[in-house]
Amino acid sequence: MKEMIISELSQALHELARGFAHYLPRLIVMLILAFAGWAVAYFVKVLLRSLLRLLRFDKLSENTGASQLLNKAALPPASEVLSRFVFWLVWLGFILVGVSVLGILGLQEQVAKFFFFLPRLFTALFILFFGLLAAGFFSRAALLAAVNANVPSPRMLSFAVRSIIIVFVLSIVFEELGLAEQTMLVAFGIVFGALMLGLALAFGIGGRNLAQGFLERRFLRPKKEEGEDELSAL
Amino acid sequence: MSHDALALPPLRTEIKLAEETFLTDDFLRQLINVGEVDVLVGLATHNNAKTIGAIVQSIQSCILRSYTRDRVVIINADGGSRDGTPELVTGISIDDLRPLSNLHSLRTLHSISTQYANTPSSTAALRTILAAAELLRAKACVVMSPESPSIDGEWISKLLHPVRYDSFDLATPTYRRHKFEGLLITNLLYPMTRALYGLRIREPYMQDFGFSGRLGSEFLSQNAWADGSGEDGIELRLTLAAITGKRRICQSFLGQKEHVERRSADLVPALRQTVGPMFATLESTFSTWSSVTGSQPVPTFGPEHEVSLGPLRVNRKRLRQMFSSGVAELETVFHSILAPSTLVELQRIARLEEEDFVYPAELWVKTVYEFAASYQKSVINRDHIIQALAPLFRGRVLTFLTENRNGTAEDVENNIEGLCLEFERLKPYLLQMWETRE
Repeated sequence: MKEMIISELSQALHELARGFAHYLPRLIVMLILAFAGWAVAYFVKVLLRSLLRLLRFDKLSENTGASQLLNKAALPPASEVLSRFVFWLVWLGFILVGVSVLGILGLQEQVAKFFFFLPRLFTALFILFFGLLAAGFFSRAALLAAVNANVPSPRMLSFAVRSIIIVFVLSIVFEELGLAEQTMLVAFGIVFGALMLGLALAFGIGGRNLAQGFLERRFLRPKKEEGEDELSAL
Repeated sequence: MSHDALALPPLRTEIKLAEETFLTDDFLRQLINVGEVDVLVGLATHNNAKTIGAIVQSIQSCILRSYTRDRVVIINADGGSRDGTPELVTGISIDDLRPLSNLHSLRTLHSISTQYANTPSSTAALRTILAAAELLRAKACVVMSPESPSIDGEWISKLLHPVRYDSFDLATPTYRRHKFEGLLITNLLYPMTRALYGLRIREPYMQDFGFSGRLGSEFLSQNAWADGSGEDGIELRLTLAAITGKRRICQSFLGQKEHVERRSADLVPALRQTVGPMFATLESTFSTWSSVTGSQPVPTFGPEHEVSLGPLRVNRKRLRQMFSSGVAELETVFHSILAPSTLVELQRIARLEEEDFVYPAELWVKTVYEFAASYQKSVINRDHIIQALAPLFRGRVLTFLTENRNGTAEDVENNIEGLCLEFERLKPYLLQMWETRE
């Protein structure tokens, strides 16, 4: 009996040792990959940060309005956020490759999914960035046009233009990420439809006089006070 | 009439131009039929049927009277008129004038019309006229604005004579204007051109002007429009090209400039046509303007300027309101363009009561220079920078109107001279901003 116990124990220890010997190199490979990944990710982060500073990315993000959002959330400048994001992305990628080396079946599938998701993530970020850029550009254009045409509440008009573009961009981003596609589609439809209907009602019924005034200013020569002369710029 | 044309063999440049040109085949054929000319008169038209007939008759009468020994062509570059303007230009025969005036030309006088596009563009029109001048090897050219009903034959002579007989490359106009006409010219274009390039050219943005074939060819070869940067303000670019190319420039006094009524909303297009090109050319002409100090007069035929003082009723309240609301609403835009101290000062004067309102010359000059530097650095979209200047310009106009409300012609001139000197004094401020690029 005693011998049997000793034999089973020694067999179990042998198997454990064999298993450990089997996994140890893989574990070491994973650790090496994680360490190398950290070094590569750090290098990419430093390189990207320098490149973004050189390209005056912070100025660009200031123009898109992204910097203001980051400030409100007490986050560092856009170039720092993006380089940190890329750092974690690269490192996580290496760690996951390391994990897949371990040969754990369930994890391998998740790792594959993660790498499959990366292109979509980058596309979504690309759309978000240029969408914010477009929102900033068109809202400023609307603001300037409204100020120079002496339209009342130019900032509100500019804000409306920005909001519509951002809502539209966010709906595309979520669709690209595949996050709650149906919910986002319905939510976008409701928000956009409600916004348009609200504007139509407000402008057509509530602001009939305002609409009339706006259209007159837009399409008719401005009414001059009696005897008023036009100034010529050139 | 066309003996000279028949005698000419096809020219190498003509063949080259025919291969590469943007001109239509029909227009080219007409130009080749004309042959070489001494004088070219350009008319850039768009729905000018009301005035064009009288203008063409004035031109023909002037040619018959003063340029009888020259071969002359009138080129009409039309931007898609729907009122028969091109037909009017080509339909007026020189024979109509002869019985009236007993004038005769010893050489040829042709009238040609071409439609360069379906929509008007001063750049495309002038480019067509320049290409025609080069093809016809015109020695002297004059471009007249078809808008002004007051043009007479004398205007053509006054612009043409210095180029044809006194070896000037560019003859810019000066006019008799109301003291409150051409405010963008008196408050920005003239003082800034003078301060930057050191030449006192009263009308750097020319609507009527004369130029030599040599300057025209040079300007055409610069190809400023190929990259789209030369889309607006071609007239101002020609002046600046003549200055930076160190060409001989003079001014000719033409007479009364008639007021062509435009909508007040036309200020932004006017800024795009003038201030935009002026700011845009600062980059390429930096080596020229950065070394200039002070300013010199240019040779002038006739008075340098004349001012009329008739009453003019202006809505000052609206100017004031548009300035104040512009400063308040565009605060975020101005943050990107202006220095903090300038913005604070603008916000201070925007709060002043109408009777106390003053936009001082120094602040205005700093504003303009900061806009120019921001334009060069492209801190935001360049067209947005130009648009943002409009409300501030209205504030400056209001101050100019107030300061000169009861002013005599001399007072107004002194006021403009003071502003010019301020632009010259603060030029180092622009240079300093230019050199501290981000």
